[in-house]
Amino acid sequence: MTLLDLKPGKSGIITKVSGNGRLRHRILDMGMYIGKKITMVKSAPFNDPVEFAMNGNHISLRRAEAQLIFIHLIDND
Amino acid sequence: MSGKKLKIALAGNPNSGKTSIFNALTHAHQKVGNYPGVTVEKRTGYAHFQGYSIEFVDLPGTYSLTAYSTDEKVARDYILDNKPDVIINVVDSGNLDRNLYLTTQLLEMECDIIIDMNMWDEAERLGIHIDTDRLSEMLGAPIVKTIGHRGDGVRELIQAAIDLKEGKAKYHRHAPVTYGSHIEDLVVDLTHNIRRCRSCDGCPSRRWLAVKLLEEDIQTESKFIKDRHELIRLQKSIRKKVRHVKKATGEDPDVILTDGRYGYISGILKEVVSTKIGDRMRSSRQVDSILTHKFLGYPIFFLLLWLIFQATYVLGNYPMEWIESGIGFLSQTVSGFLPDGFFSDLIIDGIIAGCGSVLVFLPNIMILFMGIAMLEDSGYMARAAFLMDKLMHALGLHGKSFIPMIMGFGCSVPAIMATRTLESERDRKMTILLIPLMSCSARLPVYVLFAGAFFGARAGNVIFSIYILGIAAAIGVAQILRNTLFRQSVAPFVMELPPYRVPTVKSVTMHMWERASIYLRKIGGVILVGSVIIWFLSSFPKPEKYSQNYEAQVTVLHEDISSKDLSTAEKEELNRKIIGLDAAKSREDIENSSIGKLGYALAPVVEPLGFDWRLGVSLVTGFVAKEIVVSTMGVLYQIGENEGDEGYSLTAALQNPVHGITPLKAYAFMVFVLLYTPCLGALSAIKREAGIKLMFFSIIYQFALAWIMAFIVYQGGKLIGLA
Repeated sequence: MTLLDLKPGKSGIITKVSGNGRLRHRILDMGMYIGKKITMVKSAPFNDPVEFAMNGNHISLRRAEAQLIFIHLIDND
Repeated sequence: MSGKKLKIALAGNPNSGKTSIFNALTHAHQKVGNYPGVTVEKRTGYAHFQGYSIEFVDLPGTYSLTAYSTDEKVARDYILDNKPDVIINVVDSGNLDRNLYLTTQLLEMECDIIIDMNMWDEAERLGIHIDTDRLSEMLGAPIVKTIGHRGDGVRELIQAAIDLKEGKAKYHRHAPVTYGSHIEDLVVDLTHNIRRCRSCDGCPSRRWLAVKLLEEDIQTESKFIKDRHELIRLQKSIRKKVRHVKKATGEDPDVILTDGRYGYISGILKEVVSTKIGDRMRSSRQVDSILTHKFLGYPIFFLLLWLIFQATYVLGNYPMEWIESGIGFLSQTVSGFLPDGFFSDLIIDGIIAGCGSVLVFLPNIMILFMGIAMLEDSGYMARAAFLMDKLMHALGLHGKSFIPMIMGFGCSVPAIMATRTLESERDRKMTILLIPLMSCSARLPVYVLFAGAFFGARAGNVIFSIYILGIAAAIGVAQILRNTLFRQSVAPFVMELPPYRVPTVKSVTMHMWERASIYLRKIGGVILVGSVIIWFLSSFPKPEKYSQNYEAQVTVLHEDISSKDLSTAEKEELNRKIIGLDAAKSREDIENSSIGKLGYALAPVVEPLGFDWRLGVSLVTGFVAKEIVVSTMGVLYQIGENEGDEGYSLTAALQNPVHGITPLKAYAFMVFVLLYTPCLGALSAIKREAGIKLMFFSIIYQFALAWIMAFIVYQGGKLIGLA
């Protein structure tokens, strides 16, 4: 599953970041690396972009970009 | 001063509090400079400490040094080319893993760094405990704790930099970042391979270069390995090995390298950090749940924008009037000093009038930027982009483009400057090209005049339709641009949403002052030169002979007024005649001047649009500033500029059937004014922010667009029988 499949308040562990060079670099540089725990916070009014939290820091991704990040769902947060 | 010099660069992630550290270090004695050849700014500031004169350079905030964006390139090239003595790496203590990612890259370049654990208080509040001594030992770099906005720890920071420079630091070694087995072997192997080549100079470290080769960083490769055969040989040997690694791991080497760095960091952090991570956004949450609410989010956003615009134009009006009267006083004083003639005309009508008409907008610009600085510092700007991204993305733009576009309705100049908040060059340039299509406030007088004269009760709707047309044109042009010149995709919207913070007075005023000084320098430069040129063109050559002897007639009338016993009405009648004669004289002056001749020469160009030479000339002078369109028409249509109800009488003059202006022509003219070439001020802003090529592009495409649209309106209107 990808970040897009997370419901608000649910978390996952990043398992893979796909996408091409520049975009993937940007995502990795922002601290979304394999093994990192990430939580979905909420979507913007038209469902896009989406806000996530890692270690208490918040970032936003477009749906198209969130789709590139694969995760393992973790139960009860 | 003993003349000991120290060059210190500040590097760090965006939102790590780098700017507040920089300001504390330099006590804000900074000057803003443009880094040569690049549009991204670096700041320079100076300080003296223990006999050292220290130059601080604030590099753009970056997450990484892989040179994927302009900011990163500026930061990296500065480090590589200028070799600062010490780099202070500002780190957000509450977000160590991502912040130390940049640190690993700096260490890899074998820079002498000091790690500045900034926002230490926030980390403590979040329950993060960091064993800084152990961390310092492991990274091989001194660590200083600071609280930037209070200035705590800043002295220690400078002390540490001097100690490092003098070799007195407790921990100082270039600890290499080690990678996982697959890549580590490759890096080591490659490092040895490069060691044998003698063609690379000035390179920070061979190991670093090896890593860059693996990342296929073409720029760095060609920068440091000048021998082409050598480069090809290395690339060939790498390609084979990379393929091998790919097969074994299923990943590109650059991803494995990134993973390696993060792995290295989390390994270290496990030993030195004990934490019960809280959400630093907890207090921000409730604010955020309102500000980005599904339904309330947009109304609040527009309310905030509206407030800023109201403040800009309503509050700004008062100081604007003071400046205006100041300028009036200045030109009176000067005309008292200087004898009438060429020189005094040049100073008063050329320089003071020209620069003054731009200077009056300084308060508006400062207020606008105060509002923007507050939106930015508080963290709201990121939310505004978050709210607007969906809409803007549909247009091929970025969420952050929205604010500058809206500002364009006020004035293009600050709007173009505000595109700095956009990270990607492509989004920035595209936004800059579209901003002039947002109808700025200087064009409004033209619409008010023409709509009032030719559309009566429908004037309001007509003006509104012009604004809408501008927006529609921007959408259309955006679609064309994204399919031609700007094929690259919109920058990813991977964006930080920083916690809300109360903006500090110091930072807001500094921001305002920065913009004000840029604006003032522009007035002293391009505007000054432009005003002088336009004044010359509109004043020379003088007619050799006037059609009537205006001066004699005026003198006679003046004598009549003072000597004869006349009623008030008769006196007014004579005064009006004098004004009429003056206007007729300046009309002959203009007709005969270079600008007038230009107007005649341009007549064939604007004829298909239904404009006569007068409208043509006012368009040409409007190129300096759009406000001048109306004042030029005032002269050309024989209306004394000093008359109180000039708006009304200019309206009457335009309506005069002699000039043959119909509602259709009026509308075509408004469309042309909306779309045509940006004014001199906007063009110089475009040149400064996006380069000279884009400036010329802007001149040409907007002129073409304006001509075509006005042509369609006029000729199309005629075809369907409008007049």
